Amino acid sequence: MALWKPDPTFYASPRDAVSAPPEKLAYVAAFDRAAEKPDAIAVLDVDPDSGSYGDVVGWTELPYLGDELHHFGWNACSSALCPYAPHPHVERRYLIVPGLRSSRVYVIDTKDDPVTPKIVKILEPDELAKRAGYSRPHTVHCGPEGLYLTALGGANGEDGPGGIALLDHTSFDVLGRWEVDRGPQYFAYDAWWHIAHDVLVTSEWGTPSMIEDGVVGELLLGRKYGHALHFWDLRKRRHVQTVDLGDEHQMVLELRPAHDPTKQYGFVGVVVSVEDLSASVWVWHRDGDAWAAKKVISIPAEPADAASLPPVIAPFGAVPPLVTDIDLSVDDQWLYVSCWGTGELRRYDVSDPFHPVEAGSVRLGGITGRVPHPAAPDLPLAGGPQMVEVSRDGRRVYVTNSLYGAWDDQFYPDGVGAWMAKLDSSADDRGPGGFTLDERFFPNGDAFRGRRPHQTRLQGGDASSDSYCYP
Amino acid sequence: MTDGSLAALVALGAFHGLNPAMGWLFAVARGLQERSRALVLQSLPAIAAGHAASVGTVAVLVALTRSVVATRILAAAGGVLLVGFGLWRLLSSRHFRWVGMRISLWQLAGWSFLMSSVHGAGLMLLPVLTSPGTAPAGHDHGLSSSGSALTTGFFVTAVHTLAMFAVAGAVAVAVYEIVGLAVLRRAWFNLDRLWAAALIGAGTFTLLTAV
Repeated sequence: MALWKPDPTFYASPRDAVSAPPEKLAYVAAFDRAAEKPDAIAVLDVDPDSGSYGDVVGWTELPYLGDELHHFGWNACSSALCPYAPHPHVERRYLIVPGLRSSRVYVIDTKDDPVTPKIVKILEPDELAKRAGYSRPHTVHCGPEGLYLTALGGANGEDGPGGIALLDHTSFDVLGRWEVDRGPQYFAYDAWWHIAHDVLVTSEWGTPSMIEDGVVGELLLGRKYGHALHFWDLRKRRHVQTVDLGDEHQMVLELRPAHDPTKQYGFVGVVVSVEDLSASVWVWHRDGDAWAAKKVISIPAEPADAASLPPVIAPFGAVPPLVTDIDLSVDDQWLYVSCWGTGELRRYDVSDPFHPVEAGSVRLGGITGRVPHPAAPDLPLAGGPQMVEVSRDGRRVYVTNSLYGAWDDQFYPDGVGAWMAKLDSSADDRGPGGFTLDERFFPNGDAFRGRRPHQTRLQGGDASSDSYCYP
Repeated sequence: MTDGSLAALVALGAFHGLNPAMGWLFAVARGLQERSRALVLQSLPAIAAGHAASVGTVAVLVALTRSVVATRILAAAGGVLLVGFGLWRLLSSRHFRWVGMRISLWQLAGWSFLMSSVHGAGLMLLPVLTSPGTAPAGHDHGLSSSGSALTTGFFVTAVHTLAMFAVAGAVAVAVYEIVGLAVLRRAWFNLDRLWAAALIGAGTFTLLTAV
């Protein structure tokens, strides 16, 4: 039933959203790599005044095995306030949770019991295949007139093209394929938009066969993974322009457009350059009538003894940083960059998006570092900061350590483990002291019941869930 | 036209103007995007024109039909239509979508026309249009009365739209200049449900007065 007043977690502008009250719960997708136990949504207490702060306090198991939960999102968000399709009396209450491996999509209701959310609907893979021609659903975004769900594969696991399926945001039925004209686009991964400019942006990973059994060395060295950005007309659903970052830049993943709706720029992370194993962050922007992209951050590989490296990178004698996720604070000031290979989370001041200034770095885990968390100094950590989520007010940053089952196993063959950490980020202190680990927050190991934690969503929304139509 | 009908027309116009979903929010969005009050003001006539076209279509149709059909039949049929439409609005969860954010004034007028139409803005005026007070002058169902019926239709549309335009304009400027959009979170009551209730109420009233 619709609300009488707008959902209190919707904000007209990013400026308003920054004043949102702190979240009390975090939802984390956790999956069982062996597919012997069901994947789950873990619910974490993130209220520092609570006795169970930092604990997993809720656990919703899925009814099937082997879904491989990855990214997920809210059914509705601040974009419901947009003037051309306004419907602010819907509720942000359902998590739309795709299984990246199974192609099944769960709708999970968090309203009645936020600590124990309930599955209310399951979209079977054939519905996505039949109605939209896609599989391997990846990213969920709440738009003003529906839910956008990116998918890596074609129908029933075919190798592509991947693209976007549209879902009805009340019935959650698959309405169909979003693209009217995809132009040369073939690979899919993330999608987000400049909503006030009717522009959609997509990025590229690889098709199901290129990822599901791990990184394929020949494809990587053959520069066959995705290396371009695509720009689309959001209204006409037509491909407008491809911006190729160069085929040495393999795997163009997370898109973080500026939240300020008057701006037309955003950041995208590149996992690895095959020329020197560096990772990079690019800013896309308007260049006259066209789109352009510029590399603004480059993070070099760190030399290491080949004997200490997993087989996949041993021949190189270096640890690639592997930038697998980035996140932009709602005020567009701070960019967080995960270096999953070296085990580092960097913070950049991107007030000037073309000249990011590093403003903090924290080490945790890493292929050779295995840096422990201060809460458990004797516990070497595998994995590294991977999915990163920033609270709406920008003060809290949550990270989880698993990237993707098959890839975890390649880069951390002795086990990636399971952990989550939280950092406090201060806007006043730009030095290292302004960006520190919260020693009270370190759920790990058995807390996740044998599952690997992946993406985090915060109660009431976070820095990568909402879009705003008003500055 | 009686004073009561006139007051009802103005009140309904104000109600439509007050609703953010009927267009003033779009005007504010356009203004904020370019930081231009001129753009807010420029958008309002286009929104009002679209609204007028939607309401006017119903008003003129009803006025013309009235000049050839018995009032009671028209009122009863209109009443049934209204109640049905109101129930549909109440129960339907579909969201109207036609444009994006970057649109021309023509598209804005078109959007406003469609938005008003799918919400049954014109239908809401049926009680006023079918009330005895708005009957065209004269009782010979000839050409002269359809001319006067047209005049009635235009008059009704003009009064209603003027009220809508004035309220929408005042709200848009106040929100843009002073209040800010944060007010939406506190003050944007679910007018869609109120709207549906108004449609059903208007239909019931029309039916009751028709029999």
